[in-house]
Amino acid sequence: MLRISLDKLDTLFAKIAEKQKLYIPSDREDGSAEYMEWSEGRKLSNALNTVRSAKEFFFPQTESLVDFKLSGKNIEVIDIRKETEDFVVFGVRACDARSFGILDKVFLSDPVDSYYQNRRNHGTIVTMACTRPSETCFCTAFGIDPTAPEGDAACFTDGSFLYIKANNDRGEAFVSSVSSLFEDGDTAELEKVQAKTKEVLGILPLSGLSTEAFGGDKLNKLFGSEKWAELSESCIGCGTCTFVCPTCQCYDIKDFNTGHEIKRFRCWDSCMYSDFTKMAHGNPRLTQLERFRQRFMHKLVYFPANNNGELGCVGCGRCLTKCPISMNIVKVMKALEAE
Amino acid sequence: MQEAIINKAKELLADGRVDRVIGWKKGEFSYDITPAVFETAEEIDAEFVCNDFTSANVSKYLVKETKKDGTVLAFLKPCDTYSFNQLVKEHRIDASKVYTVGIPCDGKLDPEKIKQKGISGIRSIEKDGDMLKIDTVYGDETLKISDAMSERCLSCKSRKHVCYDELIGEDGDVISSNRFDMVEQLENMSAQERYDFWRSQLSKCIRCNACRNVCPACTCEKCVFDNDDSGISNKAAADSFEENMFHVIRAFHVAGRCTDCGECSRVCPQNIPLHLLNRKFIKDINSLYGEYQAGADTDSRAPLTDYKQSDCEASVVHERGVE
Repeated sequence: MLRISLDKLDTLFAKIAEKQKLYIPSDREDGSAEYMEWSEGRKLSNALNTVRSAKEFFFPQTESLVDFKLSGKNIEVIDIRKETEDFVVFGVRACDARSFGILDKVFLSDPVDSYYQNRRNHGTIVTMACTRPSETCFCTAFGIDPTAPEGDAACFTDGSFLYIKANNDRGEAFVSSVSSLFEDGDTAELEKVQAKTKEVLGILPLSGLSTEAFGGDKLNKLFGSEKWAELSESCIGCGTCTFVCPTCQCYDIKDFNTGHEIKRFRCWDSCMYSDFTKMAHGNPRLTQLERFRQRFMHKLVYFPANNNGELGCVGCGRCLTKCPISMNIVKVMKALEAE
Repeated sequence: MQEAIINKAKELLADGRVDRVIGWKKGEFSYDITPAVFETAEEIDAEFVCNDFTSANVSKYLVKETKKDGTVLAFLKPCDTYSFNQLVKEHRIDASKVYTVGIPCDGKLDPEKIKQKGISGIRSIEKDGDMLKIDTVYGDETLKISDAMSERCLSCKSRKHVCYDELIGEDGDVISSNRFDMVEQLENMSAQERYDFWRSQLSKCIRCNACRNVCPACTCEKCVFDNDDSGISNKAAADSFEENMFHVIRAFHVAGRCTDCGECSRVCPQNIPLHLLNRKFIKDINSLYGEYQAGADTDSRAPLTDYKQSDCEASVVHERGVE
């Protein structure tokens, strides 16, 4: 397989960044990682994952949709869409890579979301296989193999070399654009590392997590469960879980009056918020129990009901790490399953 | 410790003194603890936990709990008692419906600090003297307890419980802490340096509202930022000005009422040191109006809601602000 010594990562990044913007997970001063644009000196993080997921590259937290300008009795509608420039996101984990497939089902099915599609068409995803999964990881429950991630191209490491392989045509194009830096090499060491990682995946605390109790046909059984009251009891109704989640895709559209024009923008919304889906008649979910239930029912029942059984979670574990009260989808799944 | 607390909870439930118990419930791992209400001895035996990771302040939940019938038993750490008192003072908690038991605290551990040391695949965490012994899927690890201690506990202001119906263990003292050191460092920066510091911190904000929702001083029925009719409701920062102002406005709103419990910084998914904004207000209130600790009592007049002839004049802002 094509490989490059890890000491030459900077050379690789420089080569990629010659032609297009490159984003990599890098460490912040507070010790956590986030995607940052690569420039000379920027180092790839060793962290298992970023605080915020990679969904932002295609579905940013806020984006302008259209501008309106009033002149006399006329309203001028200004289409502000521009063709996105090509970019590369390097170092995406298998969980986040799978999340794009879930987001695609939402944004690229009819009617196609042109804002999302624009970015999707111009982004190349280069994934990075995991070698040190954590106790909060449970991607394998959703059929994801973190040692062989999806994405346009996938990278693997044995601690000395970075190996690369293309997964599709866009990945082929990417690999050939940097292949002059790579050489063909033996994968014996890499296979050892992969085998070791697989062994670890088998003994992680959440490795036995089952998804059998969930799916599109479980609505009646799960919606009325008495467990929701207990599970949602101490939820503080913040948006942390939804905002760090790679698959949460709900948004709100609002108008911002700048004084001389209206900017219509969309921003991430959270089903945990009190005004989520507020309509002319009011709010359909008045209690935190209903809001809490919505989030998990969406991932475990409604999404699979509309998407051939595919569950709306990728097991990245961000909600396990970040929820202020440590309530999360794993606890919900285990509680509901035990019913 | 946990055993004494569990026995106390069961005893008070059994003799009918309380109807419910608010405490902490164990999670999947050793550190992911969820605040929870328990109604039976069986539930308590099965899931109640009080350990180095039970850091959540349960005081704010009592706003909701005391609107229900019956009496609730709350276990409060020293810093939680300040929040409790402040909520009683603001008439947000009906104290007659709560039975408080003060529990000692040696400081709580921050799982994120442990993970940031590169420790992963954690199966269990045990104390051994001043070290933590951590069993992971990658082998055994050790870490100094002080390296895993929550930031807020490293600058603990008090081991004294300012209110309780009953106490488990011995009460501690108000301690002289280093909690204003970082505020002083920020004060000593140039205006530009300070601006850059806060811009870099606050620009990390994702507006998840965890800081606001966990804050015991934020108990408005409907926050102005959630109210569509307010004209300023916002789910996202429209620009960098708003990004900053949300936190600055919130800090002003809780000024004089913030007890410095540190929940805001504990829950921030982006590790923004939000408590420093509040501490700046506390430090200023101390120097401009005399020493004041929010939540230390339930009957004093707070400096910002009181008037004394000796109060500083508004011009102090100008005098102090000039570089």
